[in-house]
Amino acid sequence: MLNKLLGFIVKRELLKFLIFAAILLLIPFFFEGGYLLNILLFVGIHTMLAIGLNLLLGFAGQISLGHAAFFGLGAYLSGILTATYSINPWLAMFMAAVVVGIMAFVIGFPILKLKGHYLAMATLGLGIIIYIAFNEAVDLTGGPSGLSGIPNLSLGHFIFDSDLKNYYLIWTFTLVTMLLSINLAHSRIGRALRAIHDSEVAARVMGVNARLLKVQIFSLSAVISAIAGSLYAHTMTFISPASFGFNFSVELLTMVVIGGLGSIYGSFLGAALLTLLPEMLRAFQDYDIVIYGLLLILMTMFMPGGLVRCFSAFVVAAISPKKPEGGKGSA
Amino acid sequence: MLRISGITQKFGGLVALNDVSLTFRRQDITGVIGPNGAGKTTLFNIVTGIYRQNLGTVHLDDKDISGFPPEKLAILGMVRTFQNVELFGQMTVLENVMVGLHTRSHSGILACAFKLPGHLKEERVVRERAMQWLDFVGIADLAQVEAANLPFGKGRLLEIARAMALEPRIILMDEPAAGLNSRETAELALFIRKVRESGITVALVEHDMELVMDVCDYIHVLNLGHKLAEGTPREIQENTEVISAYLGEG
Amino acid sequence: MQLSEQLAQYLLSGLSTGAIYALIGFGFAIIYNTTSIINFAQGEFVMLGGMISVYFLSVLKFPLPLAILAAISIATATGAIFERLAIRPLKQATHLNLIIITIGGSILIRGLAMLLWGKDTHAMPTFSGNEPLNLAGATILPQNLWIFGITLMIIIGNKLFFNYSITGKAMRACACNRTAASLVGIDVRRMVLFSFVISSALGSMAGIIIAPLTMTSYDVGIMLGLKGFCAAIIGGMSSGFGTVVGGLLLGILESFGAGLISSGYKDAIAFIILLLILFIRPQGLFKKAETERV
Repeated sequence: MLNKLLGFIVKRELLKFLIFAAILLLIPFFFEGGYLLNILLFVGIHTMLAIGLNLLLGFAGQISLGHAAFFGLGAYLSGILTATYSINPWLAMFMAAVVVGIMAFVIGFPILKLKGHYLAMATLGLGIIIYIAFNEAVDLTGGPSGLSGIPNLSLGHFIFDSDLKNYYLIWTFTLVTMLLSINLAHSRIGRALRAIHDSEVAARVMGVNARLLKVQIFSLSAVISAIAGSLYAHTMTFISPASFGFNFSVELLTMVVIGGLGSIYGSFLGAALLTLLPEMLRAFQDYDIVIYGLLLILMTMFMPGGLVRCFSAFVVAAISPKKPEGGKGSA
Repeated sequence: MLRISGITQKFGGLVALNDVSLTFRRQDITGVIGPNGAGKTTLFNIVTGIYRQNLGTVHLDDKDISGFPPEKLAILGMVRTFQNVELFGQMTVLENVMVGLHTRSHSGILACAFKLPGHLKEERVVRERAMQWLDFVGIADLAQVEAANLPFGKGRLLEIARAMALEPRIILMDEPAAGLNSRETAELALFIRKVRESGITVALVEHDMELVMDVCDYIHVLNLGHKLAEGTPREIQENTEVISAYLGEG
Repeated sequence: MQLSEQLAQYLLSGLSTGAIYALIGFGFAIIYNTTSIINFAQGEFVMLGGMISVYFLSVLKFPLPLAILAAISIATATGAIFERLAIRPLKQATHLNLIIITIGGSILIRGLAMLLWGKDTHAMPTFSGNEPLNLAGATILPQNLWIFGITLMIIIGNKLFFNYSITGKAMRACACNRTAASLVGIDVRRMVLFSFVISSALGSMAGIIIAPLTMTSYDVGIMLGLKGFCAAIIGGMSSGFGTVVGGLLLGILESFGAGLISSGYKDAIAFIILLLILFIRPQGLFKKAETERV
């Protein structure tokens, strides 16, 4: 009975998503603890970021080691426009997204001509250049001491100033991003992206404009990261360059790899794990870098499909019809 | 239908192709043969937009397509298959063919992300058509198999189905019989004929002489980067220059 | 200071750091040429060189030459272990997987360094004192001379090894064509191991000779590694002349940029150069472009 129900759900994308969304939206009613809510809020932001990177890395197969930079650009643009220039936060978010999208589009063309290692290094270099800019443009960004006084987002008189309110705000954005990405994954564009990943030359022969599509996805991925950055800025009301450096780019990469390249739910799993784990292992604070390194290596060696493959193999085993005892093969 | 004129291609000091000119007549099955190193695959790569030629032009139905990238050629109705079968390994057999229908559908990023109604209808049509092409080559029962797990012979068939899904005017096959046993090659010959019957022009680079002589209406022979001879299969078989090129002097 | 003296100073310090970048670049080039892998962990071997030397010097109170020897040996052993455990088992790995694994390796090594030695920066004594010398109006420390001298020796050693020794030639053969190399009896897997061993040795040496000038800490590997990579890219991944020029060029541009434009953006200069080269001439300044075979 349960098997059949699970099987039914798994095969219907929309139903699966609605259940997932319902669970996420109902969580605050069951867990009163403010601390947990705060962490889950970050899981939301990280999920958004991981999905953005996954579209580029897991689907299109293009590696980026500088994605924290787009996150930071969104945060700083929003922060500066609202704190220093008192622009409406929603407008600022929109402007930040547009600017980052255009930037990524323009730089995407030369950068995505590169492949493999060279692309990795180029994105790494790009990320570092932007990180250095955050630190050095002190007049604009406040430099290493950060930028404070960023207002919360608000709708009319309703201000998003508590963890609970921000939880819903962020997860609304995240769930929308998830839904749109799932749709994209199962569509013509999703197939075109995966085709580029498997054999770019064959994809082009089939009419896929690989060059343009890669840049479009790069840009989309950057926009998602920027929006996450804006949300982050308005939630924290204070940002500093330290959160947007190479270490975070690596953390994002780890989330995507662990969760499972090419799986949207996997990005959630990876984000959740890497956000919750450090909190649970508070005592092992300094070990986090070592653990990330080990996780990356071991997961890539032994579980290249990520946790999601593992999980879905488990689910498949659970829902497939049991074979009769003593029988051989299928009836 | 496809006219290649004066193609010259150099790789560093090596002249791979020297002033090669060939024509492929509409709805013919034309073969391109020659000993190893003759430049056949290089020629195909130039025609299909993967390399850029140093000199010379390519015309498709009198339209100059020299230097056009593969994606542009796909829209004009030209498709190719690969010597090393470039399948989308991590996608299912059905999905592979659905990519072949990429030029026959238009939903962009926004339409797909928001699942607009036009997109949904298009998906259904694409899926149905893809299944039909799998039927055409006889592997419909393997639709959900991951392409990387296909046995080699079926993989070749999948490539053909995928190429056909593009609804091309001309299909260029690069050594389709490579790695096939005689039964599979006979099957292949049948499919090539079926393809031509649908009104498509076929160009074939091949080493398997039986297949070539069996299936081709016309043959071009290349040797060491230049055109050696052309003619019907019978004429080529009796051409002494061709024979000595293959067998060597003496 | 007069302008010409200032410029001479920038030039000299640029050449000095450039030599280090060249050494690190060799490490990238050697592994890449033998295996087609870019070893993201290369910078960490540089870090290990400096950090381990400091540890042996200040904690275990070894004399300088022994500390250096210990550092090189341990770093080299780490390189070999890394190759054995993480690289060798993955013969079928995709490009992406290999990149992720070497990134994981670099993070792991860095994390372990942090656990062992903390986050502080450490100073290392110079090899032969601190009396500055005067050269064409610019001050040069003895350590700079050590850098030039050792780099020169390594360049010559490289040249001799790769051109005249059997192992060196075997490694070059692997770089050109692995299958052909294995068919003529070269143990490709051994050559791969050698390439890691040599690269980690060179990397650690680079880290040791620069540590007295720039201090060292657990995270110097990232920047140095990237800049070394940049040098190698400019040089077209050559394990000789090209990378040397690449490194020196990078060092000089960085030095002049920091001196004349802004010191905060100093690091950014290297990466801007990296991006420009990758965009415009990814094969480096010295090689002709290659066409891909389908």
